[in-house]
This record gives sequence, structure tokens and C-alpha cells, in this order.
Amino acid sequence: MSGGDGARVEVYGVRHHGPGSARAVRRALAAFAPDAVLVEGPPEADALAALAADPGLVPPVALLAYPEAPGDGEAGRRAVFWPFAEFSPEWQALRYAAEAGVPVRFCDLPAAHTLALDDEPADADAAPRLDPLGALAEAAGYDDAERWWDDAVEHRADGPSPFPAVAEAMAELRASAEPPGADPPEPGSARAREEVREAHMRRVLRRARRDGFRRIAVVCGAWHVPALLASVPASRDDRTLRGLPKTRVAMTWVPWTHGRLANRSGYGAGVRSPGWYHHLFTAPDRPVERWLTDAARLLRAEDLHVSSAHVIEAVRLAETLAALRERPLAGLDEVTEAVRAVLCEGADEPVALIARRMVVGERLGAVPDAVPLVPLQRDLLAERRRLRLRPDAHDKELDLDLRRPTDLERSRLLHRLRLLDVAWGVPDPDAGRANRSKGTFREAWTIRWRPEFDVRLIEAGVWGTTVAGAAAARARDRAERAASLADLTALAELCLLADLRAALPHVMRVLADRAAVDSDTARLMAALPALVRALRYGDVRGTDPAPLRAVVDGLAVRVRVGLPAAATGLDEGAARALLDGVAAVHEALALLGDDDRAAAHRAAWLDALAALLRRPGLHGLVDGRVTRLLLDAGRLPDAADRMARAVSAGAAPDRAAAWVEGFLAGGGVVLVHDDALLGLLDGWIAGLPADAFTDVLPLLRRTFGGYGAAERRAIGERARRPRSGAPAPAPDDDLDPGRAAPAAATVLRILGWEVPA
Amino acid sequence: MTDAVLRPHAEQAFAAELALLAEHDERPRPPGWKLSPRAVTTYLLGGELPGGAEITPKYIGPRRLMEVAVATLATDRALLLLGVPGTAKTWVAEHLAAAVSGDSTLLVQGTAGTAEEAVRYGWNYARLLAEGPSTAALVESPLVRAMRRGAVARVEELTRMPTDVQDTLITILSEKTLPVPELNTEVQARRGFTVIATANDRDRGVNELSSALRRRFNTVVLPLPETAEAEVEIVARRVGQLGAALELPEAPAGLAEIRRVVTVFRELRSGTSADGRTKLKTPSGTLSTAEAISVVTGGLALAAHFGDGVLRPADVAAGIVGAVVQDPSADAVAWQEYLETVVRERPEWNDFYRACRDLS
Repeated sequence: MSGGDGARVEVYGVRHHGPGSARAVRRALAAFAPDAVLVEGPPEADALAALAADPGLVPPVALLAYPEAPGDGEAGRRAVFWPFAEFSPEWQALRYAAEAGVPVRFCDLPAAHTLALDDEPADADAAPRLDPLGALAEAAGYDDAERWWDDAVEHRADGPSPFPAVAEAMAELRASAEPPGADPPEPGSARAREEVREAHMRRVLRRARRDGFRRIAVVCGAWHVPALLASVPASRDDRTLRGLPKTRVAMTWVPWTHGRLANRSGYGAGVRSPGWYHHLFTAPDRPVERWLTDAARLLRAEDLHVSSAHVIEAVRLAETLAALRERPLAGLDEVTEAVRAVLCEGADEPVALIARRMVVGERLGAVPDAVPLVPLQRDLLAERRRLRLRPDAHDKELDLDLRRPTDLERSRLLHRLRLLDVAWGVPDPDAGRANRSKGTFREAWTIRWRPEFDVRLIEAGVWGTTVAGAAAARARDRAERAASLADLTALAELCLLADLRAALPHVMRVLADRAAVDSDTARLMAALPALVRALRYGDVRGTDPAPLRAVVDGLAVRVRVGLPAAATGLDEGAARALLDGVAAVHEALALLGDDDRAAAHRAAWLDALAALLRRPGLHGLVDGRVTRLLLDAGRLPDAADRMARAVSAGAAPDRAAAWVEGFLAGGGVVLVHDDALLGLLDGWIAGLPADAFTDVLPLLRRTFGGYGAAERRAIGERARRPRSGAPAPAPDDDLDPGRAAPAAATVLRILGWEVPA
Repeated sequence: MTDAVLRPHAEQAFAAELALLAEHDERPRPPGWKLSPRAVTTYLLGGELPGGAEITPKYIGPRRLMEVAVATLATDRALLLLGVPGTAKTWVAEHLAAAVSGDSTLLVQGTAGTAEEAVRYGWNYARLLAEGPSTAALVESPLVRAMRRGAVARVEELTRMPTDVQDTLITILSEKTLPVPELNTEVQARRGFTVIATANDRDRGVNELSSALRRRFNTVVLPLPETAEAEVEIVARRVGQLGAALELPEAPAGLAEIRRVVTVFRELRSGTSADGRTKLKTPSGTLSTAEAISVVTGGLALAAHFGDGVLRPADVAAGIVGAVVQDPSADAVAWQEYLETVVRERPEWNDFYRACRDLS
């Protein structure tokens, strides 16, 4: 098209992130040699376009627009991303312009308006684009619009420029979709938004002409081509654009990932197969052969046996399938079928691996140092100011009292940053863990700011624009990748510490799923205490305990069900390990709370333990320990008989010894203070016939030999005294209340209780 | 004549459809094929012909699987159909052979006792003794006949064959010839020859395919029914047929119980509860549609002969537990967990929960 001013304008209608479009744009630009390139994108980024020439800017990257004044509520934190991949036509246009030294102008609606308009700005261009393509695809006999476009445009390696045909087709479509004289679109609707955007595109084009450019290339979504070519008076566009809401925005480049491109929700571009597109764009020739060879290499690296003969057959199958489906070239569908049927021999796991590593891909972009601050850095800056935390290049001790709101928020911020690999604060290794398990309100940190943290923050920009949001996104991602149940419980604890309510349900869900399929009861037992601790700790921090509680409930049931199997056929080492688990679960359930469910869990757990005792062949240690736990819980009226049975002549000596050891676990101090227990033991020993006593003696020696000398003496003294219900009176019984009062008052103050006047 | 046989072959039962397809088929046919690949997929998946004639679907499931299967045969590769029992592997193989070669009878059944002669050739010993070694004394296997004719041969239950017999297939599949050293000659396959094998992927371990043989096959895994509704329908229909054959009285309101059995099987098979909220351990059993059918039929027999004639939760509970708990330790845990975490939480399943509890 050429206007009255003699300027030549070429409009290239592309599919965003279409490799074929990217190739065609590249070729068309080289042939046309424009003196200005207009690209669909926010005009505020004009100054950043030149960075495309910087070798440090490696796609996938995204242009990011965010409000300059952060912090005014959710709306103030919103951001808009324009992702670019290597295979995006827009990126290729930017690269061409940078190489040829031609100015680039972005022609979409300014981000200042996009951010101020409130409904879903990131997806604004997705909705109207898909349906028209669907109509064209249907006309061509396809049921899938994406596939039709792939066949018609993206898979063509060369040939004549597709843009005139695309422009014509879109003109037809739009003419049928919006007949002339139709009602103007409703304000706020997708069509109204589109009209505003297109008015702005025309305005930028007009301005470029006025600025004296003579050969102008425009790269925009195919749908917009007719609107750009239409002659609309400038006054009408001015009317359309008048009075739009506005906010001050800042722009920058941030690194992006292929995984985020593939995401349909949030800031994703909805490109289902960025890795495949990247391959199509970068492979010099024979895309199918190269792809399948790469897939074979990937599988070989995973120790799967895949030969060149496999690859040959896979290529043949992909091509035959394409022919059967009457497609011009094997696409991702055919290639994936071939991978499944030939390379993977029907197995699903390797196919999933290829989908993850190749079809989506794990490519991560990079940005040079020259790019402006990202919002994450700004958010941190604001948080730091608010919480009066100064970045210091030297180690500094920070002691936090979590009952104070500021300290609690500081703790949260430091934990969140740790999730983002910004270890500004390091929890004191001694104080941190021990204090937490005891549930105190203190937290000790060592804080030190390092320059590389700024780089990490830029990298973390892919996760979100605020520290809290990014940490939550990161936590969700880590949950997906967690290798073990223990990692997940640790992550869950971290989420609580960092107060990431948004991420917690997700982490819990993954945790519950993992726990369900984990057949190792020992691991489940080990996971439970950390969660119960987190649950109690969550109370202190005011987090919602419901999701965590659901997981704890599920875990408790699974531990109970798995207990009998876990207690079968153990050797001594395994029995000791199991006892640790049993003790941990027992203790954790005791801490669980006072509600009905918790009581039901405790009752069911004791039932399960009792059922365990009825199993034949139980290891002595486990038998003794469980008998003791049940005795303490008041569940065993016949403990004395059991003890006699377990240590009677019929029992093998080593088992009897193990039983006594298990039963008396917890050290000799228990015997000093638990009269009933001592009485039981004493009664049993006293009741032994003389011969049997000599048999049992070595066993008892073995257990009691493990106690300290002082403990043994104390036990002996207790045993010498007559047994009665009440504790034996102390020798110096007559206390002087007057002399005791100061000591008692001090003790009460230490305990934090009221001192009686 | 065919109406007297108990079960006609696919090419006999659907002769009319095959003829119609051939008549309307204008696409190129690979050498030795009776239909074009596209017409074969239409035969399998059903569709309408230009004349308005209807082709009934033989396989109900993902279209792409049948396309991969047909494309595999068109590249003269061998096709391996994998799947748990009751996923229509044999059915698909028979219809593929019928549509491609017009003959589904060139069949070798794999068993633990399948000998090499069944795959290669044997001898007519009377003739061998009387006349000495000659082509006339050769007894050819169905596979060799398929090679001579350029047709599709079928091997059922490939993994049940002893490994050395399986490996006989390697030369046939890679060289497309079968040497007959006794006569110093060979059988060369004509174009169109290929093999469709079926194997049960649950007992892949019985006689694992050697990797040399494995890579001569393209593998298509046939899945279990995709939706619960489809599976309920299959079970209900088969139970109806079986019940009629066993002359069991019609069970009123059995559909709810069938749906429950199918739900239990599907949940345990997939390892997630139907609402997708709870992950479950998967028991070692197959829990295929076929087993669901036998659980319900068993329950019906119990209800008819020992109960009040109505299918009750208690009638199916024993069958379900028997099908699920195959391995007494691991499966018992999986079942108990399922009972406690899923069944118990469903108030409308209370009677079923109690019935199962009473059993354990």
C-alpha cells in the first residue's frame, strides 16, 4: 500500500509465536529493506528495542510493564508481559531492525492505558484471534485451527510470501464478522478494546509517515491487518483514543522461560509447544529427522536403548501418518505418535519426558546488565524501607521476637527471599531449629547483602513482580519438582514460615498425593511430626490450618494402615528405626490438639498399636515398647501378665532381653519417678522362682547396665522403700514457708505466672 | 453356510461393508492391500460413505491409535498391540487383517507350548519317509502362507510363547524371508506381508520380548475405556448377555451397583478418586472391565440363589475384595487405605463400606 505522501507501507500479518511467520517476516524484511519497522507492542518500550542488538539479551525474554508507584493495593502491583521467543516474528523483526540499524517503534496501545484498564490486559489479543482462524480452518476442512495454521503457514519452509494471502483472508473474515453499518461495540467489550488498539496502531503509522519515513514495515497479528490497511480519518481515531484512563508505567526486559510460554493461564502466551516451534525455526532442514534424532539422543542419555534403526522407522511412520491424515508435512502430532510407537515402544513415561524436555523445553532467557530495575527489586526496596531493614555488606545479627508485628513481617520477608535463592538472611543454625520445635517466639538470623542477590532477583522476575508473589510461585514449582516426601514437608514448613497462603494449598496437595503413593510407612512416619509441628507453629503465626490439617489427617490414617506391614519381619536395626517412627508419631498425635478428630486419631492409633501386639512374630523391641506405650495410655489391664509371658522361660533369651529393653526405653529416670511401673517390675522380679531369676538376671543386667550409676542407685533406693499409693515422705518434711517463699516467687516469675501478693 | 457357525470371521460378518468400502475407495492402495489406508481406518472407526451407506464402528476409542496402527502396516512394519486383558486387542487385530488382506484366519496362537513348527514349518512325516525331503512334504505354518500370499499374519499372545520360538520371527520380520535349509531353498515374502501381534502388557514378564524382536515392531497401547459412563455401559450390556446365558433372574436396580463396581475399579486402577481430590495406591491386579463384569455376574448369582434376588452391596463386596486383593500384603494395604480414605467419606456408600468392613 502507498499513501499520498509517497510512503510505501507493508503490513505483515503474523501469528504471534509462529515459527513459519517468523521465517516469512525475516525474508520479507530483507527483501523490502524498510527504513522503519513498526511492531505490535507497547510504545513505552521504544527505548528498549535497541537492546535487541545486545548479545546479552537472549530470548525467551519478555517486555514487562508495571506501575511506577508500587504498593497501592493489588491493582498497583499488576504487571503486563509481552513475551518474545527466538521464533516470534516480532523478535525477528526487532533483531532485523537492530542489525540493519533501522528504528523500531512499537505500535500497540500504550501500557499506560493497558494497565489502567482493569480487565485481563494480558489476554486481550488472544480472544478475538482464535475464532476467525477457526472459521478459516473449518473452510479448509480442519477441525483444529492451530493445526490448519501450522499446515498453511508455519510449516512452509520457503516459497512466496504468505502475507498478501493472509491479508486477503483476514479482510474477508472481518467483513463477514463485522458487516458495515453494524452496531458500535459495547464499551468495555473485547471488540471495543480491539478498536482502541487498532486506532492507536493507525496513529503510530500516521506519525511514522509524518516523520518522513518512506518504507515502513508493520509486523502485527494477522487479525489487525485489514484495520491497519483501512483508511480511517485521523480525527476518528483521535476520538476513539480520547479520555482513556492512564497510569504511570515503567518498562524493562525480564528473562522468560519456555515453560511460561506454554502456560495458558496468567502471563503465559498459550504456545503449547515452544520447544517444537523453536526447533522448526532453528533447524536448517529436515525438521522431522532432526527432531527424532534429538529425541533418540535424549532417550539414550536416560539409558533407554534407542538405535538409529528406531529413528529410521520413526521417521517413516511419522511421514506415513502425515500422508494418511493428508497433511503436507509431519507435524508435532505425527512426530509424537512416532516417538510413542517406535522410540518408546508404547511406554508413556519416556513420551512425557520428551514432552517436558523437548516439546516445551527448558530454555531460560537472559538479559544484559544494562536493563532497568525489575519490579521485584522495587518491591523489595519498598519492603526494606517499610520494615527498616538495611542491606549491609557485613554480617549482622538479627534477633526477632515474632510476637511483634514488625519482627514477624521481617521474618516472613527473609524466609520468602530464601525461597527465591536470595539468602540475605541465614537462620542461626543452633537457635533456629531448636527454638522452632519448642514453639518459642524467637528467631535468630545473620543477615548480609551480597551483590549477586540483585542478579538473582532479576532472574526471579519470571516468578512474579512482588517478593510474596514470586516466592509463592517458586514454592509451587519446587513442590512439583520435589524429590522426596521429606523435601515436601520441609517446603511446607517453609511456606508457613514465609506465610505463603497462596502456595500452601498446592504444596499440601502435592504432599498428600506423594504420601498416598508412598509405600514406605517409615517415611510417612517421619513426615508426620514435622507437619504437626508446622500445624502448631502455624497457630502462632496466624495461618489457616485447614489444608495442613487435611494432610495430617490423611497421613495419620495411612500410617495406621501401613503399620502392621511395616512391623513385619524386622531385624534389630529396622526395629529400632521403626521404634523411632512409632515414638515420633505417638508424640506428634499427642500434640495434635484437643478436638474430636484429634481424639479419634489418638484412639485409632492406640487401637492399631494394640492390634500390633496380637501379631505373631513381632520383634521383641517393638513388642516391649508398644506394650509400654499402651500401658502408659491405660490400655492394658494385664501388663503384668504380658511382662511375665514375654520374659518367661519359653521365650528365647535374646527376644526377652529385647522386650525388656523396649519396655524400659526412656532411661532409668522413668523408673525412679513412675511408682506404678517400678511396682510392676518389682512385683514381677520378686515373684520369680529362684531358678528363673538366675536365668533372667543377665537380661536385666543388660538393660540396667545401660543406665548411669546415679540412676541405678536411685532406682535401688526407690525399690527398697515400701510401695504405697502415695510417694514416700521425704526425710526433711517440715518446710519453712517463710524461707521457701522467695524461691517459689522466682520460679513463678520464670514460668510467667502471676506472683501472689 | 456361515449362518450355521457359532462365530463367523470378521471378513464374513462384515463382507458387505468391506465391499462397499472397496467400491468407493479411490485412494491409492499399497501393494497387496485390499483397501487404501484411509478406507481401513474408516472401516475400523466407522463413518458414512458418499452413497449414504453407514459403516459401523468396530473400535470405539481414540482415532489416533487406529491411524498409527494402519500407518504402521502401510510402512510394512510389524504391529504390536499391547494392553491389559479386555481392551479389544484381538478384536482390532482381526478386523485390521480382514480389512487389509481380506483374510483374518492366518493366525498363530501363542502359548507356553507353541513350538517352532507352528511359526515356521513342519513336515508331513509319512510323505517325508516315503518320498524323501520335498516341497510337497512341507507343512507350512499360517505365517508362511501369509508370506507367500502377501497377506497379514496374526500372532496372538506373543509373550506367552517361549523366547526361542519368538525369536524365529526376527528373520521373518527383518529379512522378509524364511530359509528352508533342508531343501536348500527359502520362502520370500510377497509385498503386503506383515505381522500383527498382540500381547498382554500385564504379564510382559512371562516371556519378555528380546530387544532385537521388540524393535521390529511398532507398538500401540490400547487403553481401557476412557469415561466411566462408557465402561458402565459395556459392563451392563455384557452382564445382561451373560445373565441371560446363565438364566439368572433379572436383577432390579442393578445399575447403581454396577456403577459402584465400575467406580471402585476405575478409582483404584487410576490411583485417584473420581473427584480427583485423593491419590490412592494402585493394587497389583488388572481390574479390567472384564473383571468388573465377572464381579457383577458373581454378585447377581449370589443375590439370585442366596439373597432376595436384588443385587445388594454385600453381594458385590466379596467379589470386589477378591479382585482387588491379589497380593495379600501390598494390595491389602491399598484396599484398606481406599476403604478408609475414600469409601468411608461417601455417606451414600455407607452400606457398602460396612459390607466391606465385615469381610476384613
